[in-house]
Amino acid sequence: MAIYRSDNANLARIPALGIRVLACIAMSIVLMVIDHRQNHLDALRKAIGAAVYPVQIVVDAPFRLWNWLTDSVADRGALQSELARLEAERLLTRAELLQLTALRAENDRLRKLLDARARSHDDIRVAEILSVDANPYRHNIVIGIGTRDGVYEGQAIVDANGVVGQVLEVGLTTSQAILISDPSHALPIEVSRNGLRTIAKGTGAFDRLDLPFLPNNADIRAGDVLVTSGLGGAFPAGYPVAVVDSVNRIPQEPFADVTAVPSSALDQVREVLLIWAGAAAEGANE
Amino acid sequence: MSSAAPARRLPVVVSIVVALMVMIAPLPDWAVTFRPDWLTLTLIYWAIWLPRSWSVGSAWLAGLVLDVAQGTLLGQHALALCIVVFVTVRLHLLMRVFPVSQLTATVFSLLALYQFILFWTNGVAGVPVAAIHYWAPVISGAIFWPLVTMLLHGARMRAQ
Repeated sequence: MAIYRSDNANLARIPALGIRVLACIAMSIVLMVIDHRQNHLDALRKAIGAAVYPVQIVVDAPFRLWNWLTDSVADRGALQSELARLEAERLLTRAELLQLTALRAENDRLRKLLDARARSHDDIRVAEILSVDANPYRHNIVIGIGTRDGVYEGQAIVDANGVVGQVLEVGLTTSQAILISDPSHALPIEVSRNGLRTIAKGTGAFDRLDLPFLPNNADIRAGDVLVTSGLGGAFPAGYPVAVVDSVNRIPQEPFADVTAVPSSALDQVREVLLIWAGAAAEGANE
Repeated sequence: MSSAAPARRLPVVVSIVVALMVMIAPLPDWAVTFRPDWLTLTLIYWAIWLPRSWSVGSAWLAGLVLDVAQGTLLGQHALALCIVVFVTVRLHLLMRVFPVSQLTATVFSLLALYQFILFWTNGVAGVPVAAIHYWAPVISGAIFWPLVTMLLHGARMRAQ
């Protein structure tokens, strides 16, 4: 039979199979140990990541095409009402922006009066989400921006409504990021009403964060807005994170059971914003 | 490796790249859990039929790429894949003559072994994953195995 031409010459023996599999196992274990302990393998990861990038683009293409199609076949009426809405929104934002410039100048002046360090303004860039890896134990995304654009590890990611996550690993043109809803992610926050500081932990559900370290007598209630405190070093201060939706005080437990709903719809975003926060930006951009 | 001319290698490489693409394509939440290990199935298939050209080395490389694409511990999928492919190569003559039912059962065990190695490395590295995430792909993988053999049969005719 012609089918078995190449593989049946010498039936059962594949030469040096045992040695090859042992070598592979040894290499895997060495790689895993190095990768787990330190981050020495970033260069290797980046090299393989660059090779996989075209594959990711191809995988993402149908979704882009679908978005493009739904955009292009939207009917005239919908487009016109959308245009009217956006125009109204733009006017409103412009008016607010005018105020903002004045307020910013005033703020700088007052800060100078108080002899405080002038607040640096954050630099922002838009990035597209290429793929999502979400199961209850991991919420990771891949975004189409990398070292070429000055992205750095630990960089804060937000969208128009609030904090989304932070960069885990940077490749040349793509980066891996962890969402704030990932169960292994914790974020230093404060209650904007009274400045109460605590930590918001991800739960593995897109629409819920836990605040596990608040004592029963903490001044917090449903409806409180949580913003980043800037104390962790990764996130700049003052970006909205979530809104408290339930506070359950259990007398016999040391901590209250507080949950919050993230401000940004983490399972719906397609575009995110990366922040180059004040001091860090100078290091990353130069 | 020497026996495979470039033209014969192409269908296998294409099938492995396609399997990788299906592994990282975004799916709705409920479907992600049940995503079969397409890459493992593809590599098992090639290890049964072309064990001389495609065995532990290629499986290890493919696993490394999968590790980077999925952002897991570097070497984790590579380890699991090369062990599974090693077992497959040892049994390949047997598996060629198995009837479909028996072959599917064997593939089921191989997938279980694959998930067990992932489970074990996750445990050592301290990554928490629920039991359903180990069993669901084993079951769906065994269900999709006949489909994989059908799809790859055409490629094999060109690769040999």
